[in-house]
Amino acid sequence: MLGVLRSLTETLRTMARKPVTIQYPTVHRELSERERGYPLLLWDSETGEPFCVGCHACERACPTECISVIMKDNPLAAEGKSKRRKIVDQFLLDYGRCIRCRICVETCNFSAIAMNNTWDGQEMSRYDRGELVMDLEQLLAKSKAGEITPWVAP
Amino acid sequence: MLTDQERELETLDIHVNVGPQHPATHGVFRMVLTVSGEKVVDVVPHIGYMHRGAEKLSEGMDYRQALIYQDRTEYLAQFNAELCYCLAVEKLAGLEVPERAEYIRVILTELNRITSHYMFVGAFATDIGVYGTAFTYAFREREYIQEIFDAVSGDRMMYGYFRPGGVVWDVTDDFKDRVRWVCGQTRVGIDDIDRLLTKNEIFLTRCLDIGVISKEDAIDYGLSGPMLRACGLPFDLRRAEPYSIYDRFQFDIPTGTRGDVYDRYLVRMEEMRQSVRIVEQALEEMPDGPIMPEKAPRRLRLPPGEVYMRTENPRGEYGIYLVSKGGEKPYRLKIRSSCLSNLTALKQMVVGHYVADAVVILGSVDIVLGEVDR
Repeated sequence: MLGVLRSLTETLRTMARKPVTIQYPTVHRELSERERGYPLLLWDSETGEPFCVGCHACERACPTECISVIMKDNPLAAEGKSKRRKIVDQFLLDYGRCIRCRICVETCNFSAIAMNNTWDGQEMSRYDRGELVMDLEQLLAKSKAGEITPWVAP
Repeated sequence: MLTDQERELETLDIHVNVGPQHPATHGVFRMVLTVSGEKVVDVVPHIGYMHRGAEKLSEGMDYRQALIYQDRTEYLAQFNAELCYCLAVEKLAGLEVPERAEYIRVILTELNRITSHYMFVGAFATDIGVYGTAFTYAFREREYIQEIFDAVSGDRMMYGYFRPGGVVWDVTDDFKDRVRWVCGQTRVGIDDIDRLLTKNEIFLTRCLDIGVISKEDAIDYGLSGPMLRACGLPFDLRRAEPYSIYDRFQFDIPTGTRGDVYDRYLVRMEEMRQSVRIVEQALEEMPDGPIMPEKAPRRLRLPPGEVYMRTENPRGEYGIYLVSKGGEKPYRLKIRSSCLSNLTALKQMVVGHYVADAVVILGSVDIVLGEVDR
């Protein structure tokens, strides 16, 4: 009986505590800057093209093989506006397969890919799995709009 | 000889199927109980619902990629599993780990042991019938530690933070302060749960002398971790064959006396306190410096050979058997699962008890199905 009363005291004491829960869909927890949301491509606003040159490094390093890249000759380089001789032509990233391990970001030699550390990179529910396969435009959109500050590992 | 009247009253044993989708089985585990009245006379466990072939998948990956499958195998003590894998690779590659990385690893591993045991306390109390209360208390405390993991590694569950040779990037600037705060908070949190459960008569009635296993049987079955220590054998790999830098820290090895469900609970509660002690000592001594060896190769190639590395995980002995034939990929990666060995004693413990106790005993084994099935 004493033990049960002691338990009850503990419960009553907790009642006076400040609640730690937050009402999730309306209130969002603040994410840490290192948060590993689904990866995005970054946009080089100086030359007006993606950082990615389509070198296939991330494609080879990905443990789940969710990335496919196609490279092309850079038209801007021919005009002398850019130093990148090659540039990404197509970039497909299947968010349905991605396990957010950040190995692609680690591998990239051009800092062209980054993990999305905002809530957009977390809430990914779709009605169709096909919608989770992102193409180049979708992957670049957030960086083009300047809505992302990628975290760089020290 | 039975009289006719008695023969009429005799009942048939019935089979009760628990799981695989049942809240009391802690994942996709199925056990078929043969029940005579309220007593269990036989139990047949069925495993394999969560088999994803992590061992085979690892053979097709290089050593950095194979690491992230350790998270998915042991998904309640991910840092512990990663540490074991990294130590195995380092042993074979002959990599020297910098001091700072060792300390970061130990701190995170021990904090992870605490979160794993919090998970046990919450789920175990739910099995017993403390619906919700202990679970929410444990998860409230667990969340404080989880936030540190999130801030350091960037993910709440699949960290992928350790690397063969060290850790992948440095911890946050406020890491020390946060861990120091969380140590104090954890001590308070453990005491809260202690007051809620340990002396509670209802809890005691459900736990005492349930699922007893003797010391000799425990050794024969190959039990490890808190299951073994609850039988009274102070065997802890951190002390028995110190890996990493565990020989530098002071900590006690809690043991039980009866080997029942209650002792397993007590041992885990005490282990959490000891983990806090280790973390505090490690924080004091944590040096500055590099986190990866200077000559770490960009792509790791291991010499031919084989190695077996075992570490003390929250659930027992976690082992990695690694065979390399040279090159970038493991030739064979075998995971020694502590939960699988602990589960083998299930029949020994459950038979003769009530159906309701079977659930409690299964809860006390503290299984992680990802690790059992791999």
